[in-house]
Amino acid sequence: MTALDKPFGAIAPRRRFPKLAVYVVGFAPAAWTIYLGLSDRLGPEPVRTLEQHLGLWALRFLLASLAVTPLRQIVGLDVLRHRRALGLLAFYYAMLHLLAYVGLDHRFDWRVVWTDIFRRPYVTVGMASFAILVPLAATSNNAMIRLLGGKTWSRLHRLVYFAVIAAALHFVLIVKSWPPEPLIYAGVAAVLLGYRLARRLSGDRTARNMAPMSRASEHRA
Amino acid sequence: MLIRRPPDISPSEITPRSVYVRRREFLSGAVGAGLATALGARIEAAPLQSARSTLSTDETPTSFKDATSYNNFYEFGPSKSDPATYAHSLTTTPWTVAIDGLVAKPANYRLEDLMRPFALEERMYRMRCVEGWSMVIPWVGFPLSDVLKRAEPLGGAKYVAFESLVRPEEMPGQRGLFQLLDWPYVEGLRLDEAMHPLTILAVGFYGETLPDQNGAPLRLVVPWKYGFKGIKSIVRISLVEKQPATSWNRQSPREYGFYSNVNPTVDHPRWSQATERRIGEGGLFAKRRATLMFNGYAEEVAGLYSAMNLRKFF
Repeated sequence: MTALDKPFGAIAPRRRFPKLAVYVVGFAPAAWTIYLGLSDRLGPEPVRTLEQHLGLWALRFLLASLAVTPLRQIVGLDVLRHRRALGLLAFYYAMLHLLAYVGLDHRFDWRVVWTDIFRRPYVTVGMASFAILVPLAATSNNAMIRLLGGKTWSRLHRLVYFAVIAAALHFVLIVKSWPPEPLIYAGVAAVLLGYRLARRLSGDRTARNMAPMSRASEHRA
Repeated sequence: MLIRRPPDISPSEITPRSVYVRRREFLSGAVGAGLATALGARIEAAPLQSARSTLSTDETPTSFKDATSYNNFYEFGPSKSDPATYAHSLTTTPWTVAIDGLVAKPANYRLEDLMRPFALEERMYRMRCVEGWSMVIPWVGFPLSDVLKRAEPLGGAKYVAFESLVRPEEMPGQRGLFQLLDWPYVEGLRLDEAMHPLTILAVGFYGETLPDQNGAPLRLVVPWKYGFKGIKSIVRISLVEKQPATSWNRQSPREYGFYSNVNPTVDHPRWSQATERRIGEGGLFAKRRATLMFNGYAEEVAGLYSAMNLRKFF
């Protein structure tokens, strides 16, 4: 029996990982990095290191939230109820990352930040990614799902595909030459998006319609 | 013709600094066991005597720890901690440097022979990385011009080409599927840049021989250019007629020019060069510094480029 055959939430509720715990675990890297930064243990370039750690975790959570559907469809592992937490964690990390860049790196020098946004493609795509995450985070609650309706809501949330493309590109664009790490993240993003594209092209309407709808219906329940 | 005579003190007779500073332990026999391997394996950091040059800045030097743990040396990997992690595998003795090309006296020098005629100077220089950070390093070395003059450049020599070591068995960045640059790492200077008194070949810093991760045993330091121009672990210096290829320029011609002079008004295509972070300065709340034209050496070197469009020849 695969996850698709099961009714949603087939795992017994008592053995479920509590949603709050995802946030607690999810914020641990941020707390640890900020603690290291404040105690001057982030190495020779602490601001850059802090920025990079926060940005990297934003990308990781974004990819994790995108892995939920394939995991369910391929492996049968159902962590759908944690997807919202993963997505919101990605947004919170992106926000901290942006705050570190604007506040610590450029000390709220908006002229420099503005120039960066318009002149540096890596900043442009990074900001674009964040801009996409804002409405998604703002609508990641049951009230907004009810307000928008499941169909509109899930269509809106497909914008996350563009957010992850921009985020992966943001990473690739900031490094010198072609070191493996950003390419690995870009590769993971490509696989997660490619999987969806492949399902869609192969005409699997179940994948297209069921996954987002199921999420909305679960939240409604 | 190079006349070889034995060095006054051969490097192998110099007590490694790491042993020297622990001499009491050594005498008490505590490190006796480990010593045999240490001596047999490699010459470790040895103290270097040098006179402080007037060309030095009086800025506070970067800590030895930061200068030896935050490095770009792609032969050992792309991460800044890779050189400190892997470079100890590099064998730097014996070391031979070829000086050839358009010179009257081409030769293969043992490093000791190359150095011997020159008095070592300490040059405290700012170092600005193209990535937007900077350090202040007390280099120990001698002017490149002295080396070139000894080789007697011929009339046709217009540029100096440098080549770094290729030794995949000791350099993990030169092995494997994904190699970030073509090896050997190559760099170049115009002859007048190479002859400039600020341009040095360094054999040490902080009063001792260069650690492996910093380009042991011999590297170039050109303080008004971005750090990557300072080619490390040099094995060949050639006088040539045409502008030589340089590694980062080959990797991305529109991003890294042949000249690569520090210039706050010419941005890297992907990021600003207007400001920099001074390593070790103030932790999380440190303010960026304004990057200076020619890294603060404009007075000395601007004349080299008086007729040039620095935006075009970046």
